[in-house]
Amino acid sequence: MKLKQLESYLGDVVQFANPKVELEQYPTGPHIASRMLFMAESSYGDIDGKVVADLGCGCGTLGIAALLLDAAQVVGVDVDGDALLLAHENCNELEVEMELIQASLTHLPWRGPIVDTVVMNPPFGTRCKGADMEFLAAALKVAGTAVYSLHKTSTRAHIKRVAVRDFGATSAEVLCELRYNLPASYKFHKQREVDIAVDLWRFTTS
Amino acid sequence: MRLITHNMLSCNIKGVTNGYPLGIEASRLETKESELNPEFLRKIFPKLEWKALRDAAHSLGLNDLPEHVEPSMLEDADFLKNFHHALLEVHLEEGALICPETGRRFPVTKGVPNMLLNEDEV
Repeated sequence: MKLKQLESYLGDVVQFANPKVELEQYPTGPHIASRMLFMAESSYGDIDGKVVADLGCGCGTLGIAALLLDAAQVVGVDVDGDALLLAHENCNELEVEMELIQASLTHLPWRGPIVDTVVMNPPFGTRCKGADMEFLAAALKVAGTAVYSLHKTSTRAHIKRVAVRDFGATSAEVLCELRYNLPASYKFHKQREVDIAVDLWRFTTS
Repeated sequence: MRLITHNMLSCNIKGVTNGYPLGIEASRLETKESELNPEFLRKIFPKLEWKALRDAAHSLGLNDLPEHVEPSMLEDADFLKNFHHALLEVHLEEGALICPETGRRFPVTKGVPNMLLNEDEV
């Protein structure tokens, strides 16, 4: 599948109608999601035929992108039941099958090495401090091969240090810098929209 | 929820040491056919807890998986068919997952297991 085609399919994914501020439910737009997954497959072969987990899957954008790029299985995990219902509807709409689990990443009920690749767009940790690092710790436990994740560029040095020193990543590399366009989703947003610089990371675990 | 997912879930209530594998209480199953991919099955096999898969399949009335698997069986079309069916085609739509140590029930609704813990369990 071509990048443009993937992006166009992801345009059909329905985003949160009432995002929950405490969970930092910002949508992963089709532009970023398609580039992230396309790069994971075309540069590293981490999607096609693999078992992929989408942690904090929300409405399912990244997991659906993985399935459109021929992931063998995708498991989406989210703490929020409403998000999972939406993810389920989106999967039906795009005619893909994703496994969905309601669980907290702080207490992830996980065994074994089944998942190859984790893809995620974690909270940036602005509303709930440390949430981004909790996601990363969980992801590096779950992934057998690689983790793809988005983090604020301003946290780059910290992310790299903690991933390798504390969370057991064998490598941590910024693949590219992206502009994350956040439309004003919440009442406390004063501007109509705001651009945030984010890094697309690839961590390896083996 | 399919049995491939069951194979990677465990109970993580604080203090529980034998939270794996979870028991299954099934009130509604659904079978959805999917394309058999022998290469994928061979690749995933060594990563699975075979006994957990076999016992889980058994509890859902799928009795075709052998207790022990010889490497040669991964070339056998009948075995792969049964393996594929149990792992990927049978969906637990309504029911519960049960912690083997505490008996705690994790409900499964519309195919989604709810593994959230209560405050006194973390």
